[in-house]
Parts: sequence; structure tokens; C-alpha cells
Amino acid sequence: MSFHPNDVARRARTASFVTAGVIGFLVAAFFRTQVLEQARYALQSEENRLREVPLPAPRGIIYDRNGLIIAENVPGYSVSILSPSADSLRASLRRLAGTISLGNDQIEVAVRRYHRAPNRPTVVLADAKFDVISVLEEHRVEFPGLIIQAAPKRFYPDSSAVASIVGYTGEVTEDELKKPAYQGYKSGQQVGKGGLERFYEPQLRGREGTRFVEVDARGRVVREAGARQDIEPLGADALQTNIDLKLQEFVANIFGDSLQGGVVALDPMTGGVLALYSAPSFNPNRFVGGIPAEYWHELNTDTRHPLYNKAIQGTYPPGSTWKLATAVVGLEAGQVSMKQHMPTPCTGGYQYFNRYFKCWDHRGHGNLDLQGAIEKSCDVYFYQLGLTMGLEKLIAGGVALKFRERTDIDLPSETRPVFPDAIRYYDERYGPRRWSRAVTLNLSIGQGENDQTVVNMARFYTALATDGNAAQPMIVKGNPKRQRLFTLTADQMEGLRTAMAGVVAEGGTAAASRINGVILAGKTGSAQNAQDPTRDHAWFVGFAPADKPKIVVAVMLEFGLHGSRAARIASAIIAQYLHQQTATLIETEGE
Amino acid sequence: MRRFVGDWPLLAIALVLSLYGLAVVYSAGQTDVRTVATFAWRAQTVWILLSIVMCFVASRASVRMLDWLTLPMYALTVILLMATLAGFGCGAGTAASTKSWLCVGSHRVGQPSELAKVTVVLMLARVLSAKKDPPKTLAELWKPALVVGAPWLMIMLQPDLGTGLAFIGIFFGMLFWAGVSWPLLLLIASPVVSLIGAVNVWVWGAWFVILIALVYRYRPYLGEGIVLVVANFVMGVLAPILWDRLQPYQQKRLLTYLDPSADARGSGYHVIQSIVAIGSGGWFGKGYTLGTQKRLAFLPAQHTDFIFSVVGEELGFVGVTLALSLFLLLLLRTIRIAARANDSFSSLIAIGLAASWFVHMLINVGMTLSLMPITGIPLPFFSYGGSFMLASWLAVGILMRVASEGRGGRAEGFAI
Repeated sequence: MSFHPNDVARRARTASFVTAGVIGFLVAAFFRTQVLEQARYALQSEENRLREVPLPAPRGIIYDRNGLIIAENVPGYSVSILSPSADSLRASLRRLAGTISLGNDQIEVAVRRYHRAPNRPTVVLADAKFDVISVLEEHRVEFPGLIIQAAPKRFYPDSSAVASIVGYTGEVTEDELKKPAYQGYKSGQQVGKGGLERFYEPQLRGREGTRFVEVDARGRVVREAGARQDIEPLGADALQTNIDLKLQEFVANIFGDSLQGGVVALDPMTGGVLALYSAPSFNPNRFVGGIPAEYWHELNTDTRHPLYNKAIQGTYPPGSTWKLATAVVGLEAGQVSMKQHMPTPCTGGYQYFNRYFKCWDHRGHGNLDLQGAIEKSCDVYFYQLGLTMGLEKLIAGGVALKFRERTDIDLPSETRPVFPDAIRYYDERYGPRRWSRAVTLNLSIGQGENDQTVVNMARFYTALATDGNAAQPMIVKGNPKRQRLFTLTADQMEGLRTAMAGVVAEGGTAAASRINGVILAGKTGSAQNAQDPTRDHAWFVGFAPADKPKIVVAVMLEFGLHGSRAARIASAIIAQYLHQQTATLIETEGE
Repeated sequence: MRRFVGDWPLLAIALVLSLYGLAVVYSAGQTDVRTVATFAWRAQTVWILLSIVMCFVASRASVRMLDWLTLPMYALTVILLMATLAGFGCGAGTAASTKSWLCVGSHRVGQPSELAKVTVVLMLARVLSAKKDPPKTLAELWKPALVVGAPWLMIMLQPDLGTGLAFIGIFFGMLFWAGVSWPLLLLIASPVVSLIGAVNVWVWGAWFVILIALVYRYRPYLGEGIVLVVANFVMGVLAPILWDRLQPYQQKRLLTYLDPSADARGSGYHVIQSIVAIGSGGWFGKGYTLGTQKRLAFLPAQHTDFIFSVVGEELGFVGVTLALSLFLLLLLRTIRIAARANDSFSSLIAIGLAASWFVHMLINVGMTLSLMPITGIPLPFFSYGGSFMLASWLAVGILMRVASEGRGGRAEGFAI
């Protein structure tokens, strides 16, 4: 090599510069990463090591009007697992299946949950039994990512008696998570699935807390606490309702296991729901933490549809209970008065052109005024009253009385009642000139194109019980909302109430449902049953005391045959509420 | 015998680097769950002590003796490398399927490639210093190329990419020091460029055009020109075959280098975790032994290949700058020794050792930030490992000797 000192010195300079330049470049690269981008990597490093374990917030307690508990939280346990990958999760769960019973389907569900939120602990058992927890605690060291934690669990002390009101809670589903309403929810959380739990979900949910656990690169929990300040869960405020739990239990008891139907009891002035029940009911406690498949199957195959709320979802022809609506429309329009008689007395039926319309009582009711017609529920009288007013008037009246509108009770999935909006409705349904004016007769006695919910009938009767203002049914306490349905004179109101009191008096259709010392007013009804024409649905809607009503009750008894049976239930409910005895003891009905 | 006056600053720098490294190896062992690194610091302490003894012994050997020893040692190295390929090789750690370790039975004796880093430098220095003029044509380079090429090929067959890269660094560094002209260096480098460029046909094609232009411009002998073009062509064709020879983990590492985030959970995982560790260190780091990425085992090979990530995470930019400054001092000092050496042989040895350290440092530190591909190459004086520590201190010993015999080394010399 050329080893002249000058050459060597020159090369040494070059080599030194290259070395210094490269190391300078490295220092600059570290400066960029460590100083300029530190915040980003510091965050990433925290995300690496910390896992957020959700601390479920206790849901708001639901109270009845007297401070009794409808829904509360009891200590429960959830089991979840932290995993670095889906494969690792599956392997852990397979091993776990050797210790506790864990089906393949449960494993797959957990793996799907994992994919949705890999950094959150994957819920394996949302509600684990205590013996399962103790087994797991014993084997804890074998399952490094396992997280067992106390999770408040929803409990309904009255179980099936309150199911129609409160609904139930369950894990938020994948479909729900996609909806905007469930923004901010995370997989594995419990949400209200029906009833008040669903309707008041935002108020009941509380704020989820977070516990930070430190994990290593393999997802093993290294430190369970102290990695970072935990965020405590925040329980929701209690929900105060208008429900009278004792009355609710009483209603549930009357229906027992054999009867089916729906009941709504309202405070006529405020619309406060005192009781709301759908029979048969279901046990909401079994839904909490995942409903067992066989119970779900049982509920869904039951022909009596326990999950279908007959008080707010079921629609039935209101039958004779709707005669009060016909009367109100007639009175308001000035086309009838309480003492007015109809041209044709009842002889058990009414000839309308080529068709003969029967009265429910083939023996006939003779010559009645409006009051008598209501007491005896005479169809012939109301056929004629309807014809006097005409179909247009009758429909417009029904619409004005809100028979086409939901009550907006604070429960989810209330069904909108069926009622024509105008003559056009018939044209559209049957085609022009394919129907006759005979529909007027059906409509005036609550049959035909008229299907009402129990709660809507109850609302209408709050207007009858008071001053023509209907109260919006409200389960949760709040400002009462009242809405004028009709305007009648005090005398007319008095007349209607007297007539309704006559229904439950000697000679009325529900005479057997008298209550000692209290004047009960109401109206029976039998609704044609599309499923089984021989077994009508039985209605009774009424209130008491007739002079100063404190409670409105609507009872719809599926396959109840005659309204008097529904009336007996209603009268028992009212008596219970007013702490009075019924005149005749009621025996639990049913086959 | 002349009084021995070694380059004490070099020794001091090497000592400080080793102690710094030992401290980091200790910290790398401080994890939540016990790992193989937990007690590595103990073994490392023993290795450092042994290495210093080795350094002392090496510094006793005169350059003349080194000259005399070069050929046998080089021969021994080649034999040992052949042995690793002939069935005595075994792997360790992530590189379990390779054969970089010499094994007798199931016991690992050492890595011959570490020894090769020193002996190849000696042999190359001997060959290059034998002639008065530097090689001016490709034909004159056949000897140096053979000296490096033979062990390089065997190391690449183990395969050990990192060490292979170090050899290329040593080769070019020493040729440069010997006075080989820049264009010639570029022409020699061309087959390697072809090898890398062959990943993409168009890149390779473009490079080929540039090569032809270079050959035309510098007009090497006709034979050389042909050899060069053929070599480039063969490399381009050979590259895919060599690629297939690589272990899957090595292929992944190289691909990951191009885009670490492409497979963040898989092969890019290591380098991403390393960058996160370093980046989260900030100015002053998370504190000695307190790095969370390290503690929770997010860092791969934290006591060996990725030890510099621990420095970055726990001691921050300040700690990184300190370490890099020490390396800069070490290299500058070594270049100075090379420049002041008494004869071309010892001067070339010094620069060869400097080039070896330089390449190791550049690739190892660069890969922690994904500036370099991940090729299991250790960081001198830092990474846990006996063979490399011994080799590094052997180099220090040789440098001490060279410095002692060079200008300023003797008692009458200049102040340092």
C-alpha cells in the first residue's frame, strides 16, 4: 500500500469524517425518535403494557311509588380473559374447558368477542356461579390472563310479576353495537333489553369504570393494581316509578298461571301507571348474564307468547268498551242526549237493508235511552246511534279521541292501534264500492277496523273518569301530561258515569263485580277473536270511585268469553287498591 | 525489550464501554418474569475479566509476532468455519436452525466467525501490505478478495448475514486505507449492488445500465470488464436462489426492514417494539432498570441484539448520545492509531479492526430504529456474549500494541 504520511493523514481525515458523519446521523435519528416523537411512542408504550378492565357500574335501582324495590343489583361475578391473540385465547379457553364446563359454542362466541375488542378482556362468563369462581380461583396460576371480578348483577325480587314493566338486561349484541343509539357501548356490556330497562337505559346505565392491569408481551397479567389510577364506576341514580308494587303483585297473583291477557291500572289525574301486567309472564332474572338456551326456547315456543306484552303490544277489537267512545262522539256533536231513545227498540237485532245485525242478547233490550243502552250494552241502540251520526263523523270522532295514536307510555315497542283515518281507508283496504255502509254498524259497537291496545283503552277512560282530559300513562314519576280529548258538559259527564256505574250495579252486565262501599263505574266488552271465533276476548275498562275516581283499570282477558269475567278481575284490582272488599269473592279463574 | 507505552485513552474508552454495557446487560435481566437474561450479567462480568486478560496477553505480542502468527491463525479459522459447515455447527436462540456455533456433542464451544473477524483483518493486512503500491486493477485484487471471500462465503452459508456484512465492511475499509481508488471500489461493490438490486427486475436493469456506463468511463482491462459484467449478471440471477437459501425468519427480517408496520404483530413486531421502547424513553429515559417495554418482555433479545433499545428506553436520548459518543471516541482513537502506525501492516490491522467495530455499531444501532435490516449482529462491548467480547478485547490488545510501536507510542514520542 502507499504509506506516505500525507496520504495516510488524508485518508485518516476522510475516515474520521465518515465515522463522525454516520454517528452524527444516528444521533439525529435518535433525537427525532426520542425527543420529537416521544409523546407518540410514550403513548404506544403505555398501550402496550396497560389493559383496561371494565368495571361495570351498578345500574340504577328502580323503586315503586312507596319505595319498594322493583329492580336492584346483587353481587355477581364475571370471568374474562386477556389474550395477546385469538389463537392464544382459543387455546386458553380449551384448557379452561377442562376445569369448568365450557361449550365449543361458548368458546367461539368468546373468540368473536375478542376480534371486536382485542385489547379488552374477553368476557367468557358474564354471570358465573360462585362454585365456578371458587374452582377458577384455585386454578388461577394456570391461566395467566384470567380476570375474575365482582360485577353487580341485576336482580328483580318480584321476578315474573314485574317482567312486563321492567323488561330485562342482557349483553349488548353485535347488531345493537352497530346502531348509533349504542355509540359508546363496548362489547360485553350489559344493557336494558326491554321494558323500563331499555326505555331508560341512558339514565339507568351509570358510568363504567376502568381498572388498569399491567400485562407483559404475552398478555400475562403482571400487576393487577397500581399500574395506573383506577377510574371508579359511577352508579346511576335511582328511578322512581308510579307503580304500586303491592297492586302489581296482586294483579300477577290473580292471573296466576292459567289466565292470559293484559292489565293496565292508571291514576286518572296524573296518568301514573299503578300496575301493568301481561300474562303469562316470564322470569327476567333468568335473562341476566345470558339466558339459558332451553328457557329461551321454551318462551319462544309457548303459544301464549309470554314475551309479547299484551298490555302495550297486543291489539284487540275493543268491543263494547268502545261504545263509550260512540256515546262521547254523539254527545259532543249534540246528536244524542243521555235520555234520548232510538227509533227502533231492541228486539234482539236490527235489520239494515238486506242484512240483520244481532244484539248480543238475542232476547232484546226493549226501548232504552243512552244510559240504559250503556248499562245493558245494547248493540241495537248503538247501531242506530252510529247510523244517525254517519260513518264520517264516527271516524273523525274516533280519531279525535286518539284511537289512532300510541299513548307514548314510557315503555319500548308500544303498538300503534288500528283505526281508520277517513272513509278513504275503506276504499284503500277493500277497493272503492267494494264495501258497504254497514261498516258503520260494526264500528259503532267497537268491532270492525278497530284494534286497540289495553293501555290506549285505559287512557281513554282516564278522560271519562275526569273531565275529558286524558292523561299520558307514565311509569316513571314526572310531570303529568294531560290532553283534552273531548268537551262535554258536567251533566253529560255525570250521566255517562252514572251509566257506567249502572254496568256494575244490579241489572248491569257486570253486576257480579260490585265492591262494598265503593261505586265502581266501567264497561264490559267482548271482542271477536280472529284466532278462535268461539272464544271471544273479554274486556273491562272502568274506574272507581265513580264520583271521584282514583284508579282506572283496563283488563283484557284473552279467550275470556264475556266481559263480566274481565270485570271481576278489574273490580278485585280496584278493591285491592282502595282497600275494600268485593261483594262476591273472586276465585282464581281458569280451566 | 522496549518499554511498552500503549494507547491508554483507547483502553479507558473500551473499559468505560464495557462497564456501561455490563450495567445495561444487568438491567436487561431485570424483568418481571425471569428470562435467560436474568443472570447474564454474572457471566458477562466473567467474560469481561477474561477479555481484559486476553487484551493484556495480546498487547504483549509484537507486531512482528502477529505477522508470523497470521497465516496459521487464518488457516485455523478457515478450518473451524469448515467444521461448522461439516456437521459440527449448531444454532442458538432465534437462530436455532443456523450453524454459527461450533459444537462438540451438544456443548457449544464458541463462534468461529467471531475469531474470523480478527484473523481475516490480520490476513488481509498482510496481503495488502505485501506490495508497495495499492491494487490498481481488478486483477490485482484477486488475493485480497480470496482472503475475505473464502471465510465470507462459509459464514454466509451458515448462514449469518450480520457477520457477512461486517466482513464486507472490513474489506472495503481496508482497501480504502490501502489506497485503492474510489472508482475501483465502486466497481468491486457492483456485484453486491446487483445482488440486492435483483429483488426487483427493473432496479437491477437500471443498475446494469449504470454499470456499463462506469465500465466504459474507467476503461478497465477488457477481461476485467467482462468479468465484472458477468459477475453482476450472475449475482442478479443468483440472488433469488440465495434468497431461497435463507431461513424463513431471515427472509422475514429483511422484508420487515422495508416496512415494519406491514406485519406489526408478526415479523415487524420486534422492530416496532424496539422503536416504541426507544421513543418512549424521551430525553432522560424511564430510569435505569425501569423500562416497561423491557421489563414486560416486549423487547426481543434485549440482552444481546436489541440491547441498545434498553439504553434508549431507560437512559433516554442522553444515555444514547453518551454511548454513541463513546463509540465515536473509540473509532477516532483507532483511526488515529492507524494513522500513526509504524508500518503499513499494523496500520491496516488497526483500520480493519476499526471498520469491523464501525459496521457492527452501525448495523446494530441502526436496526433498533429500523434504519438497518435486522441481522442478529451484536453491539461491541455491550451485547451479552463471550466470543464477541473476547474478540473485541483481543482487538483492543492488538491496537495497544500497534499504538505502542507507532509514532507517539514510544517514550520519546509526542503528547497524545
